[in-house]
Amino acid sequence: MKRVYVNEDWCLGCHLCEYYCAFANSGETDMAKAFKLDRAPVPRITVEEGDGINFAVQCRHCAEHPCVKGCITGALSVENGVISVNTDRCVGCYTCVLSCPYGCIVIDEKNGGKTIAKCDLCIKNNSGEPACVANCPNRAIVFEDRGED
Amino acid sequence: MLLKEGEIRIPSGCAISGFISRDGRRLNGSDVVKSISYMHDRSNGLGGGFAGYGIYPEYKDLYAFHVFYNSNTAREQTERFLDRHFDVVNLSRIPTKKVPAIKNEPLIWRYFVNPLPTKIASSQLDEKEFVAKCVIRINNDIDGAYVFSSGKNMGVFKAVGFPEDVGEFYRLDEYSGYAWTAHGRYPTNTPGWWGGAHPFSLLDYTIVHNGEISSYDANRRFIEMFGYKCTLLTDTEVITYIFDYLNRKQQLSLEDIAGIIAAPFWSEIEALEKTDPEKAAKLKYFRNAFSSLLITGPFSIILGYTGGLMALNDRLKLRSMVVAEKKDMVYIASEECAIRAICPDAENVWSPRGGEPVIVNLSEEGKRKCL
Amino acid sequence: MPVNFFPAQFEVLRNTDKCIKCRACERQCSNEVHHYDADYDKMLANESKCVDCQRCVCICPTGALKIRPNENAFRESANYTQQIMIENYRQAGSGGVLLSSMGTPKDYPVYWDKMLINASQVTNPSIDPLREPMETKVFLGKKPSHVVKNPDGSVNTDLPPYLELNVPIMFSAMSYGSISKNAHESLARAAEELGTYYNTGEGGLHKDFYKYGKNTIVQVASGRFGVFKGYLDAGAAIEIKMGQGAKPGIGGHLPGAKIGEDVSRTRMIPMGTDAISPAPHHDIYSIEDLRQLIFSLKEATDYTKPVIVKIAAVHNVAAIASGIARSGADIIAIDGFRGGTGAAPTRIRDNVGIPIELALAAVDQRLRDEGIRNEVSIVVGGSIRSSSDAVKAIALGADAIYIGTPALLALGCHLCRSCHEGRCNWGIATQRPDLVKRLNPEVGYKRLVNLVHAWDHEIKEIMGGMGINSIEALRGNRLMLRGVGLNQKELDILGIQHAGE
Repeated sequence: MKRVYVNEDWCLGCHLCEYYCAFANSGETDMAKAFKLDRAPVPRITVEEGDGINFAVQCRHCAEHPCVKGCITGALSVENGVISVNTDRCVGCYTCVLSCPYGCIVIDEKNGGKTIAKCDLCIKNNSGEPACVANCPNRAIVFEDRGED
Repeated sequence: MLLKEGEIRIPSGCAISGFISRDGRRLNGSDVVKSISYMHDRSNGLGGGFAGYGIYPEYKDLYAFHVFYNSNTAREQTERFLDRHFDVVNLSRIPTKKVPAIKNEPLIWRYFVNPLPTKIASSQLDEKEFVAKCVIRINNDIDGAYVFSSGKNMGVFKAVGFPEDVGEFYRLDEYSGYAWTAHGRYPTNTPGWWGGAHPFSLLDYTIVHNGEISSYDANRRFIEMFGYKCTLLTDTEVITYIFDYLNRKQQLSLEDIAGIIAAPFWSEIEALEKTDPEKAAKLKYFRNAFSSLLITGPFSIILGYTGGLMALNDRLKLRSMVVAEKKDMVYIASEECAIRAICPDAENVWSPRGGEPVIVNLSEEGKRKCL
Repeated sequence: MPVNFFPAQFEVLRNTDKCIKCRACERQCSNEVHHYDADYDKMLANESKCVDCQRCVCICPTGALKIRPNENAFRESANYTQQIMIENYRQAGSGGVLLSSMGTPKDYPVYWDKMLINASQVTNPSIDPLREPMETKVFLGKKPSHVVKNPDGSVNTDLPPYLELNVPIMFSAMSYGSISKNAHESLARAAEELGTYYNTGEGGLHKDFYKYGKNTIVQVASGRFGVFKGYLDAGAAIEIKMGQGAKPGIGGHLPGAKIGEDVSRTRMIPMGTDAISPAPHHDIYSIEDLRQLIFSLKEATDYTKPVIVKIAAVHNVAAIASGIARSGADIIAIDGFRGGTGAAPTRIRDNVGIPIELALAAVDQRLRDEGIRNEVSIVVGGSIRSSSDAVKAIALGADAIYIGTPALLALGCHLCRSCHEGRCNWGIATQRPDLVKRLNPEVGYKRLVNLVHAWDHEIKEIMGGMGINSIEALRGNRLMLRGVGLNQKELDILGIQHAGE
């Protein structure tokens, strides 16, 4: 399946993917407005920095998916390989946050931490291509099928 | 004031016609006049002309110079030049007939000449080059003199007017030759200068041309490196020089020349690489070595030379041209009507493809008779 | 702190209603203009450091930024402009020669903009490039003076070594050192895909790029950096750089700070040492010496590669070109004085040399007058900014053109003219690894390919309008040009008529 991959050779650590991710999932149409509201939207992608190497990390949509297995309400599910959250069911127990080996599930501070938020490859918003990919200024983040399940 | 050819570049549309008897039968000049007259609407009365091959059998080893003079001063100056460089065997006015439509004729003289061997030797040129240089010199340096025909056993006849009137003016029914070409001109602006009419010639090469080539200045600036001077600023002139350069000086065949001036597209050459790599290599060589002689823009031309005619269209075939046959005759014209006019039962009528040369030479019998 | 004699050159305008404090501008500015102030919870700017490279503006996700010239005005004078005053203050402070980059910003005539192109009407049909073949392939090199026939009478098709270009556009010389490895990789890959050539400049050829050799012109300049047999053998042609349009008569100076491990290995000089190219080649003090170098290089490469001699457009360029054409060179590259550079003394860049249009017209005509135009091909560079400039150059007589600045624009350059500072925010004119990585060659080469394809389309469109379907019929076709607003002398030199004639 098509996944998001990051090439650290080209990741500049500009953090723009975080902002575009958060904006894409904010439901707002104006980026400035999205971030000027009382609570700013949270990104599902995080840029890790250090020693001149930067790397954006987000959900790998892994086959083991301990987050789904541990979800106490069935809010997390896998559909066509994409792991997504149904926030109507999420009770904010954060079990998934603790169990994710990549640290890629975030607490949605925008709603006061009532639910978690995670990357769903932008299938639920209007981005088309994942927003982090579409807006990376150096094509460090790509969305492609590398033959992995 | 309107400028004449040589002072300004004048685009023109045209009609062309020509035929050859492969067996060297001598054909009366009236046929070619009739043929071109059927394309009256393709010219506008500002130029017509003819070239006949094999018309001076009695002087066939001498260069026949046809010259326009504006004045007797120019004539005297030219004749002094001719006397210094040539043995003038015969000189006379070219016989003409008064035709109401043809006005303002210059003095029109004809000379049969032989270059002086001592002059050729001291010039270190071969005979043809020597003659060509002399012609170019008269045309450039003597004000009011213009040599418009300079080959052996052939002659150009041209004037301002419709071609049928020009033919009558020059009494072409009194000449016979194995090949004829004709031209009716449709220039867009000219006060009408006799030298600007076509055919254009150098030595025995004559060109009648219909078209306006867009590569003109690229061709001109290149060919002028080799001693030619394009004084008329016409397409026909530069095409004639290109033929002279490639055929006489570079010794390339007419077919090869077609591959240079109307070169096949790269896509065609690439396709040939698989089927005929040698030919592809040759065409690529031509497009590299002689790239500045590619002619683009519309043209259809008939090249006349001793022993044959060649017809060629630009590579996109942007001008009409048809060819037909009847027994030993081959006809070429802008429109089929011009052929049917003189050969109603012509056979094998076809339109040569763009860039595909039609080369017709005298048969062995024809050569024996005429050359 | 002493009095600062002149203010910041640029103002940073930040729309705080739009700014979301993502700090992308701060992270992306190598000049350290932007910073986040936690006390104010605001982004602030140190404008004095800004060079107006526009990186922050382009990357700002909400369009909150504008950079514009500082509106502060000195007492107006047409003679002592603000620019000249500032330059004098700067020199009074530093005691040094002023350095600049890229082409001169001064208002010299651009003759391209004073020439108009012809189109067919009525007497001659224009050609639609979408329907008919339209050809832009070009060969560069010496042409034979006579057709040689084989013993069987067929034509001998051997030619002196030549370059074959699918488009009449090449990337001009920009050295590894002056520009980054990623910029070089972008140029090399683009040249390969386009079927044209890029040029190493005088900095040698990085080992990773030998694989692009058949699309590479290797340069031999006065410093001889990175030159050895393997380098000469690697390229498709060898260019001897005698001069550069932006700095005729001047050598080059790449500061030691830019000579890192990779550049040092490629240039074959110690790390950290200044790379100084002398003003002249010290083995070429006259034209006969040039001939010896040309033939040394041909000898070294077994006469398999064409040799280009690149000269700056200077006053007697026609005579120089004529000398070069008679010295065994296969191609002459002429670089006009509006051309770009990675670094040049400002006074030289802005005052030495002549415009490429006049140089080209003079050289082409001179070589034709002498009957030696076939001995060499002519390539021109030095501010050919668009496809229409290219068409005009070819109509004046060029066989092909070199583009440098437009190629850099394709890679993101915004002509801030600060290359010499080595902090290029676009990852082009820098060797700092964190900046170099900003230019992803995968992105860069595609943009270069796009640019040249776009130009090629436009060239074909313009040619079709003229009724020309192959580029060689445009070359030297000056009848296709008319001047506007030029005096008779300029028209004579350009060899064109005035519009209306």
